[in-house]
Amino acid sequence: MALSARNLKAGDTYTECLVEDLSRTQIVMYAGASGDYNPVHTDEKFTTEIAGYPSVFAHGMLTMGMTGRMLTNYVGDGRLTKYGVRFTSQVWPGDTLNSTATVVDITDGVVNLSVETTNQDGALVLSGYAAARVD
Amino acid sequence: MAEEKFPVEGSHIMMFARSIADDNQVYYDADYAKSTEAGGVIAPPTFAQSSAQFDPNYFLRPKIGEEWFGSGKEATSIKKKESSGGGGGGGLHAEQHFEYHRHIGPGDVLTTEVKPGKTWEKEGKRSGKLVFSETITEYRDQNGELVITARGVGVRTERPVDQ
Repeated sequence: MALSARNLKAGDTYTECLVEDLSRTQIVMYAGASGDYNPVHTDEKFTTEIAGYPSVFAHGMLTMGMTGRMLTNYVGDGRLTKYGVRFTSQVWPGDTLNSTATVVDITDGVVNLSVETTNQDGALVLSGYAAARVD
Repeated sequence: MAEEKFPVEGSHIMMFARSIADDNQVYYDADYAKSTEAGGVIAPPTFAQSSAQFDPNYFLRPKIGEEWFGSGKEATSIKKKESSGGGGGGGLHAEQHFEYHRHIGPGDVLTTEVKPGKTWEKEGKRSGKLVFSETITEYRDQNGELVITARGVGVRTERPVDQ
């Protein structure tokens, strides 16, 4: 269901839990589907001994993909015109992520949103924006 | 820069949607998708990134007969380790931006054109010197129409990011 401009106002928010207790298997699934097989996401031995991180960590694009799920659930299918993010902290196996879209403004049939995804400690892992056509 | 064909396929969209734990049937079920505003199966918003599957030279995929930098018996299979800074072989992904001119779906055959963007440096508190580099990827469909413009920013860190 698409959003209707007359029911929207600046400051409106929509929140979803993206994942609870992120599994290494989901990270493997993302590697396989996306084609990004960087071992820092799936290979604990390489990541701890060579890359110097405490464990494997999620692809930024997995967080962006799950955050995109929150957005499309909010604005409807095929409605996004722009979506961009900065990855501000790494996401680790075991993390629980929540994501919120906030209405910035509505002009000419397009809603502009700010987007934030945080982990279980309240740390910002992704911040960005999106724009979507509304009715 | 690189140019390649990226055929958009239903089973790839299904696997991608599963990997981001999205059960929206517009990504799975052609009959259902026909009844929606999308008019057919479409790809999730970040799916275009998986064009990496079709890049013959994509460096984050093991290639048959070539050394791979991930672990086998040892922590890395590359005999002569080169220092590439934190994050192992690929650096880290700092930003990603998409502009959608049209939403893609099964049957589209995209051509990607990758153009280098800006590069810049910054001193980071948690990882030493940061070198950022931008790439712009234009995805065009089988009719030559621009469907998605993507801008990615990668970062190489001097050392692994402090936790």
